[in-house]
Amino acid sequence: MSDLRDLYQELILDHNRKPRNFGPLADANRSARGVNPLCGDKVAVHLHVEDGRVTGVSFEGTGCAISIASASVMTESLKERSCDDARELFERFHRMVAADDGAGSAEAGMGKLAAFAGVRDYPARVKCATLAWHTLRAALDGEDKAVSTE
Amino acid sequence: MGQVKTEAWNGPGEALDVARVREDFPILGESVHGKPLVYLDNAATAQKPRSVIERVARYYETENSNIHRGVHRLSEQATRAYEDARGAVRRFVNAAQDREIVFVRGATEAINLVARCYGGANLEAGDEVVISAMEHHSNIVPWQIICQEKGAILRVIPIDDRGDVVMERYHRLLGPRTRIVALPHVSNALGTVNPVKEMIADAHRQGIPVLVDGAQGAPHAAVDVRDLDCDFYAFSSHKMYGPTGVGVLYGKAALLEAMPPYQGGGDMILTVSFEATEYNALPYKFEAGTPNIAGVIGMGAAVEYLTGLGIEAVSAHEDRVLAYAVERLAGVSGLRFVGTPARRASLVSFVFGDVHAHDIGTILDQEGIAVRTGHHCAMPVMDRFGVPATVRASFACYNTEAEVDVLAEGLEKVRRLFDGV
Repeated sequence: MSDLRDLYQELILDHNRKPRNFGPLADANRSARGVNPLCGDKVAVHLHVEDGRVTGVSFEGTGCAISIASASVMTESLKERSCDDARELFERFHRMVAADDGAGSAEAGMGKLAAFAGVRDYPARVKCATLAWHTLRAALDGEDKAVSTE
Repeated sequence: MGQVKTEAWNGPGEALDVARVREDFPILGESVHGKPLVYLDNAATAQKPRSVIERVARYYETENSNIHRGVHRLSEQATRAYEDARGAVRRFVNAAQDREIVFVRGATEAINLVARCYGGANLEAGDEVVISAMEHHSNIVPWQIICQEKGAILRVIPIDDRGDVVMERYHRLLGPRTRIVALPHVSNALGTVNPVKEMIADAHRQGIPVLVDGAQGAPHAAVDVRDLDCDFYAFSSHKMYGPTGVGVLYGKAALLEAMPPYQGGGDMILTVSFEATEYNALPYKFEAGTPNIAGVIGMGAAVEYLTGLGIEAVSAHEDRVLAYAVERLAGVSGLRFVGTPARRASLVSFVFGDVHAHDIGTILDQEGIAVRTGHHCAMPVMDRFGVPATVRASFACYNTEAEVDVLAEGLEKVRRLFDGV
């Protein structure tokens, strides 16, 4: 079970049980929907963006523990970041879970997001971890169309 | 088949020597994450016995050549092997003639062929196509496409909370505008065995032809297309121990004769000029281009393998493992079956507490257990039961009760990791 604990860390189980910033966002001015057609996971990300900064964020949806926890931790990591910062964070997160630049170095400075580093050992689950992030990017770009992990 | 009163699908058969059967499948000796492989994803694709693997290799090593063309020895051999496979498949489903067996890429292509060629020729605006609420996407989308093109209407037979079609609603859907009915023999998401013989007779009383999606039917019980009296029966090789990329459309000769060709190309013609083309006879009219020769020959070997085991024995064995699984898993607290049909074949679909199916799949994989998790290409079924996804364990001739125990123990690991369930 030790291997699985690397994937299902306590932080992830906790955010899955009690997702933060879950629900609609009253003053949202950007929203996007994302789907993972492989498993049917659905997520919507709502943003309030003001002067190029994310001042409010929430998400809704259904999915596995990895995708719900990832969305939840993502919303916590975004508040008061600039939109450019948020995009940059997505790139770093993606590199970390997809292990694009080798294991180990990528999680430095990622804070709570580092809990998802274990995903890189489960290639079939990378899309679970990145669904909310892809949806975030679509919301930042102001895309109305549902994004897909495919 | 067709004995609706019995709970077991096919009645008792000669007992299968499972230990010996398992030795026929090289992959069952593999380990996954250091654990013996417990392969319970047979409804997605079944494993291949050595005889199939070796038959395909032998074709490539000693017979490889194109068919229906050369006058040389290899081409003659390959053509004979290919047509022998057609004969084996014809006997397997008890079709009347070899020319009623059309080789395609799989059940999906078989259904697309009928939707395109039969639907294309017979549907007009306002006509209706009847399917059920438990279809695999492959028996929904081809009909949606042709209905949209023709302005026809897709009608859906509802299913009840157990996962059985509501027969009375089915009867009401059949009407003067119904041009074809398309039904699954066995639901891939629920395991429901539909009373297709009865449903076909109902449609025939109104002169409506019926296509049966047999992707999950043919691997698990004797199929007799003449006894069923179905007009079309679609199935895939790879779910019945044969290679991927090949499948069969059975169609009554008169219907196939009247249909326009599916694709144009070599092999499906008699004569071609730039002015006009005369199409080849059945089944070649529907087999344009060089087919999956090795796949078809491998499918023939798979049919021989299944026939050698005895499809009744396979069916009885799977029913026994299934009955054990239903009983054993019912004792796992927090587990809820999705679909509890009156007659079930070869699989169970379930949810476990509020743990998502994908998480369960990953944890079981660490125990060497392969199950399918997700919507099983049947999103409308998931919507009907109000779940985003299920875990599906599906059984084949080589599965054992002991493997069901491993699955049940794996679920206890899920419970521990997710703090209760």
